[in-house]
Amino acid sequence: MDASMPHRLELIGITKRFPGVLANDNVSFSVKPGEIHALLGENGAGKSTLVKMIYGIMQPDAGEIVWDGQRTVVANPKAARALGIGMVFQHFSLFEALTVLENIALGMDAKIPARELEARIRAVMTQYGLLLDPHRTVATLSVGERQRIEIVRALLLDPKLLIMDEPTSVLTPQEVEQLFDVLRKLAAGGCSILYISHKLHEIKALCDTATILRGGKLVDTCDPKAETSRSMAEKMIGAGLKDIVRAPGRTMGLPKLVVSRLSTKKSGHFDVPVDSVSFVVKAGEIFGIAGVAGNGQNALLDALSGEILGEDKDAITIDGFPLGLLDTTGRRRHGLCAVPEERNGHAAVGDFTLSDNSILTARNRLGMVVLGLINSGAAKTYTGKVITDFAVKALGPSSTAGSLSGGNLQKYIMGREILQRPTVLVVSQPTWGVDAGAAAAIHQALVDLAAEGSAIVVISQDLDELLALCDTLAVINAGQLSDAQKVGEISVEEIGLLMGGVHGTSEARDAIPA
Amino acid sequence: MEMLIPIIVTLVGAATPILIAALGELVAEKSGVLNLGVEGMMLVGAIAGFVAQFYTGNPYLALLCGAFAGAAVSLIFAFLTLSLSANQTATGLALTIFGTGLSALAGAPYSAKPIALMQPLFPDMLARDPFWRVFFGYSFPVYFSFIMVAAIWWFLKRTRSGLILRAVGENDHSAHSIGYSVTGVRYAAVVFGGAMAGIAGACFPLLLTPQWAESMTAGRGWIAVALVVFASWRPLRLLAGAYLFGLVMTMELYAKAGGGVLAVIPSELWAALPYLATIVVLVLISIRRDASTNAPACLGKPFMPTN
Repeated sequence: MDASMPHRLELIGITKRFPGVLANDNVSFSVKPGEIHALLGENGAGKSTLVKMIYGIMQPDAGEIVWDGQRTVVANPKAARALGIGMVFQHFSLFEALTVLENIALGMDAKIPARELEARIRAVMTQYGLLLDPHRTVATLSVGERQRIEIVRALLLDPKLLIMDEPTSVLTPQEVEQLFDVLRKLAAGGCSILYISHKLHEIKALCDTATILRGGKLVDTCDPKAETSRSMAEKMIGAGLKDIVRAPGRTMGLPKLVVSRLSTKKSGHFDVPVDSVSFVVKAGEIFGIAGVAGNGQNALLDALSGEILGEDKDAITIDGFPLGLLDTTGRRRHGLCAVPEERNGHAAVGDFTLSDNSILTARNRLGMVVLGLINSGAAKTYTGKVITDFAVKALGPSSTAGSLSGGNLQKYIMGREILQRPTVLVVSQPTWGVDAGAAAAIHQALVDLAAEGSAIVVISQDLDELLALCDTLAVINAGQLSDAQKVGEISVEEIGLLMGGVHGTSEARDAIPA
Repeated sequence: MEMLIPIIVTLVGAATPILIAALGELVAEKSGVLNLGVEGMMLVGAIAGFVAQFYTGNPYLALLCGAFAGAAVSLIFAFLTLSLSANQTATGLALTIFGTGLSALAGAPYSAKPIALMQPLFPDMLARDPFWRVFFGYSFPVYFSFIMVAAIWWFLKRTRSGLILRAVGENDHSAHSIGYSVTGVRYAAVVFGGAMAGIAGACFPLLLTPQWAESMTAGRGWIAVALVVFASWRPLRLLAGAYLFGLVMTMELYAKAGGGVLAVIPSELWAALPYLATIVVLVLISIRRDASTNAPACLGKPFMPTN
């Protein structure tokens, strides 16, 4: 990296205004060839807007994009790809009903015969160790596998700049290392990488430069290796970062949630059922379930929440009361609340207002429905409280859920469940795509809820989160749950082995047929 | 045998317009647009085809006029639903009412004025042969419908444009973010559907009854729409379905004419059979629930780009 080299990409005074909000305010920075450049910021800081303009999805209101020393207008994503800009989205732009091959073909501008494309895909997959069967339908793939499609799709274009939006949130530590190897190889070959993430230690490990945005403004460009995670996080949120505060001398109470030999049936051909899962969560305990995406987490959550109806009333008990045969409403009445992984469409209805979304899960516990009539005042008040307590960026209780950014919607959903003071709370991916400041707030709220005597189950693919948050940890693999271990008595390597070790079989399953 | 051949010939005549219209609707639906105006577009195509045949006597020109008329009417639908994001179901129903009225108005001066039927494509030696007419006794649209089944299957399955069309119907926002023009693709698909419906409509005066009668398509446009679902959006199943429906309709005709055993079932019931079959198939599809139902995920949803 020679200082005299022209910049690969230079942004000069980029400004983008949306009705009521200045998403990017005079942002300028540059990326050198072969540089891995981090873009950091809270939700709503304007990172996504900025990269959308670089990728040609939006046009800046003011400012210039300079590409390889030339002033450029990136008219649309096609023009961006023609320049050599590739992007891996956080929300995958995949077509569920189509195959991997067809999905990749759609992202290619050049017309390549299917057979040649397949050969090139296999070559890229082998080169970077990204295993996938090109003829599988996307609907049958896990989140992690779907991300691989996006990465392969971007790599096939031989990009000169690769934009990655929160790429590691769904990967195991080993997979993250593999991805970093891929990215380092690419950078060594001269490809610049613009890496958006909120995982600061990853940025320290991977990136050469970090540009930090706050409220649409550039606050700092720094060398992440010379900074601490904490100092970067504080620049990002513009205030001191709070640690998780645990009450001293905390003791756990009696077993609250007892799950014994909980199994589900296989329903779809991609569905991984849970197989005779047993665990105990005590009052005040936070119980973590680690595992790679697609190992039965969804089935486990649905079986616990009541979305999949059980057949054995004693498979799930709270304080000895059997819940196994109850549906979601019944379980919520008895104090078991759940937050599924998918925010929009599963945990919340996008076209409904936040207030109506509150009624959907909190109606019985908080008396929002009286004699079949909705008490909308109570729902509004409660939603307002969630918005205030969890610092949800929304206009108010009558904003639609779909209008919130992913992180803000997650804060709302977590708040909606936590403020119901459930006896048992089961959450999946509580902070996926949520920035450091908000994640810390969600973690603190979970710890506080546990301190009040609730039992909490956290299903997450983010190991750091589980290690920071949980008292006890178990690993789910192929629908089976490992023995629970105390956090602090188990090493990351051991967990990684449990997550991936038994996974020797899954490597074979994913392997490309010769 | 002497009973069978006329039945087959009637069956082909009944199935062809449904098949052509349904193929057009299939393409439109694959792009994510539900156009319930097929019946209306067919009627407009029918009167356009009739008038062209009445004045020129050139049936190919008549088919072409039918196609243009159908396409023109479908453009109204496309503008309302794609450019102005109007509700597709309501707009489609309105299009049918509009097409019915427009064709009745335009056709009023032509009632009881006969035209010439379209002649078979093959020479008389084959086309009038008592046996070979089963294969060679039909006019151009029949063979056209078969070619279009293969062509549309190939287009959707094997070509890049077909892949883009399916992608747009499957996930409009993703297609948009990759950089495809969702609205453009859908306009093209809807206009193609309109042209096919127009040709299908023109088949009625050219192939079946050589004169103009109000609402002469008699609900076949609705059967075409039902058939697309029945065939779960697959062109080859559409072919099978069209002929199955055609058979039922032929049975209905024979039942009406007092055709022996067929009359045991009232002709009204025969007429209802295609719809009952569609309902049964829909139920079967939803019981199976897996992805193989093949319905385009964005079917009927208006596309509004978020940025």
